[in-house]
Amino acid sequence: MIYNNKLFQFFMHLVMLFLALACIIPFILLFSSSITSEASLALNGYSLIPREFSAAAYEFLWTTRESIFRSYGMSILITTIGTVVNMTLTFLFAYPLSRKDLPGRRFFSFFLFFTMLFNGGFVSTYLIYSNVFHINDTLAAMIVPYLLMNAFYVIMARTYIMSNVPDEVIEAAMIDGSNEFQNLLRIVVPMSRPILATIALMSAISYWNNWTNGVYFISTRTDLYGIQNFLNSVMNNVTALQSHSTGLSNAQRFPSVSIRMALAVIAVIPILIAYPFFQKSFVKGITIGSVKG
Amino acid sequence: MKRFLPLYIMLLPGIVYLFINNYMPMAGLVLAFKKVNYAVGIFESPWTGLSNFKYLFSTKDAFIFFRNTILYNLAFIVFGNIMAIFTAVALDCIRNKFFKKFSQVVILIPFLLSTVIISYIVYAFLSGSNGFVNNTLLPLLGMDSISWYSEAKYWPVILVIVYLWMTFGYNSILYYSTLIGIDKTYYEAAVVDGAGILSQIRYITLPALKTTVITLVLMAVGRICYSDFGLFYQVPMNSGLLYNTTQTIDTYVYRALLQLNDIGRSTAAGFLQSVLGFIFILAANLVVSKIDKDSALF
Repeated sequence: MIYNNKLFQFFMHLVMLFLALACIIPFILLFSSSITSEASLALNGYSLIPREFSAAAYEFLWTTRESIFRSYGMSILITTIGTVVNMTLTFLFAYPLSRKDLPGRRFFSFFLFFTMLFNGGFVSTYLIYSNVFHINDTLAAMIVPYLLMNAFYVIMARTYIMSNVPDEVIEAAMIDGSNEFQNLLRIVVPMSRPILATIALMSAISYWNNWTNGVYFISTRTDLYGIQNFLNSVMNNVTALQSHSTGLSNAQRFPSVSIRMALAVIAVIPILIAYPFFQKSFVKGITIGSVKG
Repeated sequence: MKRFLPLYIMLLPGIVYLFINNYMPMAGLVLAFKKVNYAVGIFESPWTGLSNFKYLFSTKDAFIFFRNTILYNLAFIVFGNIMAIFTAVALDCIRNKFFKKFSQVVILIPFLLSTVIISYIVYAFLSGSNGFVNNTLLPLLGMDSISWYSEAKYWPVILVIVYLWMTFGYNSILYYSTLIGIDKTYYEAAVVDGAGILSQIRYITLPALKTTVITLVLMAVGRICYSDFGLFYQVPMNSGLLYNTTQTIDTYVYRALLQLNDIGRSTAAGFLQSVLGFIFILAANLVVSKIDKDSALF
């Protein structure tokens, strides 16, 4: 804590206030624009204060609710499956690596670690997944490539287990007749809860925000799209939204200007609501993620 | 050996995944030396020597995307770290507990968003006919509207700003976590010796950050051949008019493979990215381990 005077305090508060506003104002712009009438938007553009209120964009989005709810459902499904499998793979790999007596431990560590130094890049990865494993247009394409296991998180988990689960506890359990799977499930996982929560959160955020797998691997099965890919397809072609609508009367004008903003608001709101609840784990994930292990 | 069998079984799923997701693509890099033909199978395709590379460098595209990738990364490293350190010091100075906490929460929000949502936000500002900048900001300055999505010259500035907006909170939290670890007595002693605010920052705060800065910068240098695909593809809305200043290795490789069906050039560019990336990471890590052994990857 730097010792400083009132004037400097005031100045730093001002700077921080400016930075905080810079993070908030874009959301105000999205929200205000989404509740402004088309006529006013055509005249004044997107603005921070709605000059002429209108819920037309949301009314229209309500007619496309089936598509929106479905893509939300897909996002939840993909995030859940992905995170659960990711945690399983991560802890199954981290626990044996934490056992100093395991023959070949150095080899397996290197096998894992080398993937952080060298990778085949997008072209090879794409060609392998699509031409060898024929993953295109399947649910697996949204879950498996890139995101299912991360060497970095495995190393974090291994380091945590090594420094928080004493060897003696494992040895004592073995003498009592516990096998390795029971050790993992009944001792290691419960004792590693903080790191498990952090890694699960980081994994869930990566799945929730991922849109590249959908862009790379999905071309015809757009019903597999999560909310990010749905947003992306609307961004490219806003009028395509009309095809998702079930109840648009001919008299009702398509609110093409405000609709994008309304859709962005709908995509952002759940994250903003959930964020305060996981903020602490998130910060922890950032700070332990940065420094090695 | 039998005693360890369950442990090896546990390792198996992860090994299979790493093999599929990481090691097979590494082997796939040899495709840069083949003329890929899907009909005969990618690995059975005939060898062509260096012709993919000659073909890649036969236009000036290669120069443009290599230049863009490296220059953007350098700008991100310099401006990103300056802004993050500045923010971390500001956070450290603020005494009002509520405001301090509030700022920490708020500056991380942009990092939570996907690049798709970020592209919507950028669009709200830059859209030609409805954007906030053209309709509200530029008229205030008495300037004419600008067609942002078709003028390449503005994008180096736009992308650096968007990058800073997305990441400054994240990076400043990294620096801030180092700052709160500084022993308070250093500052107390400095104040007793008559140190002002700036000399405290200069002689205590910044030196304490030195290893974190060096580590983060070198790790970023190690990734200098890579770029955030979303930032360079999604945020400029895949606009062809902007390629001169927005094309990076990652967007080129994607476009060449999936939009132009130009497998030869994209495998060649991908090969160079992976190999140069590997060399940069090894070199950066070598330097880190010389400076601070604990921060090195290996």
